Amino acid sequence: MNNPVKISTRGLNFYYGDNRALIDNNLDIRANCITAVIGPSGCGKSTHLRVYNQIYRLYRGQRAEGTVLLDGKNILEPGVDLPDLRRRVGMIFQKPTPFPMSIYDNIAYPLRLHYKLSRSEEEGRVEDALRRACIWDEVKDKLQRGGPALSGGQQQRLCIARAIAAEPEVLLMDEPTSAIDPVATNKIEELLPELRRRFTIVIVTHNMQQASRISDYTAFFYKGRIVETDTTAKIFTNPSDKKTEEYITGRFG
Amino acid sequence: MTRRPPYFRKACNALLGLLSLISIVLAIGCMAWVLCTVCARGFSVLSADFLTSPCKPYGEEGAGIGNALVGTLLITGGAALLAVPPAMAAGIYMAEYGNGSRWAAFLRSAANIMMGLPSILIGLFVYVIIVVPAGHFSGLAGTVALAVIMFPIIMRTTEDMLNMVPPALRESALALGMTRMRATLCILTRAAKNGLATGVLLALARVSGETAPLLFTAMFAYSSPSGYFREPTANLPVLINEYTMNSPFESMHEIGWGAALVISIIILTVNIITRILFREQSR
Repeated sequence: MNNPVKISTRGLNFYYGDNRALIDNNLDIRANCITAVIGPSGCGKSTHLRVYNQIYRLYRGQRAEGTVLLDGKNILEPGVDLPDLRRRVGMIFQKPTPFPMSIYDNIAYPLRLHYKLSRSEEEGRVEDALRRACIWDEVKDKLQRGGPALSGGQQQRLCIARAIAAEPEVLLMDEPTSAIDPVATNKIEELLPELRRRFTIVIVTHNMQQASRISDYTAFFYKGRIVETDTTAKIFTNPSDKKTEEYITGRFG
Repeated sequence: MTRRPPYFRKACNALLGLLSLISIVLAIGCMAWVLCTVCARGFSVLSADFLTSPCKPYGEEGAGIGNALVGTLLITGGAALLAVPPAMAAGIYMAEYGNGSRWAAFLRSAANIMMGLPSILIGLFVYVIIVVPAGHFSGLAGTVALAVIMFPIIMRTTEDMLNMVPPALRESALALGMTRMRATLCILTRAAKNGLATGVLLALARVSGETAPLLFTAMFAYSSPSGYFREPTANLPVLINEYTMNSPFESMHEIGWGAALVISIIILTVNIITRILFREQSR
């Protein structure tokens, strides 16, 4: 697998106020691959992910330094069009966050922000997104019901549908299955290979098996540094760093 | 080390339980006493005529509270119209934009102080800035005084309710490429809408019984409230004051009690609606 690099991070440092949370991160994310980000709690996995769509800018006192090239353009430069960046780089959060509106509008509302669509085109896009998130059959008869009334696993797939409806290029997943049950987790894992054909996926996970099952590349974070990054097969069978080996064999973390 | 004998903590537990029971009985008992007195004294005069016919000076037959009821609705409704939009905008600013800034912290403590101001001060303030320059009392001046009282309450509840929305919801709205303003107005206020309505209703319930600020602004009148903009305007709280405190006549006292009952029912209703709304939200 030698896909082109979609996101290239060089010398990334991240600060929560005076506290340095990421130290000189260098990482290449390859297009149409799934990159798993693993590491113990508090090691900076989510922080790193949240730089890719600049969502940290919501908070005072959080700042990133270095370069993060998305298709060769540095997204850390001032003057980046945030709504457009976030259309290109979608995100799924740990807890499902359906909007307080109908299932249909949950998908259609963000879609309308970015595209001008006729009613029938819109309906088609909504159905397509729900199908690709494998939730269409469960909700097709109740599209006008409230999104928050769904079960946790369904809500998370609704959020995936919502994120992919606007046709992003990259999909960031921040522990997308940690708040839902094993059956729902399976459904989401089964989705990923299909999603990979169209999107570049970066997934943060605490679950070693999940990382080894679903990803093509793995990056191991420890105390804000990227200790090792390689193909998932290599990381899980023959890691070059001792810390990586200790972590994946469950000796700490 | 010797073990503390169990009867000590059992006694403490029983004592504290008893104290809290007494406090509950006192609190609820006082409220029940007030309500029962108002009901007992006011119920006899209640009738459709009482609610519709205007109040009259002593000696005239068929006095009611119709004009004061309409006046109170006008004055408090106007106050809501005047206070809600800017107070909500300020609350949104504090929760969504000014979070952590000194300016917002200053605004927040200013609002807290304003909430604690005696309402008679606000009445005097409006008297000086509106009634004196205009040269006459008016319902509008009463509206302004009540709006000033409502403003900080609504601003603070708006801020609190928006802060209660899970941060992940805000983040996911932004992560879909929404601007901050759109995420706030279309997603967050929608998620918090019952809480926001609660804030408005509570503020309404609070001001609809305010008397002191109206004494200096709307004053009182026996006429219908058509002179809302330029004349003293009848309203329930000042009517109660006039009829019970400033009149020696038993028949006028009765009307005052009737008006007290009507306003209690209005405030209770608003409070109950609020509770129902809030319960639905926390489900």
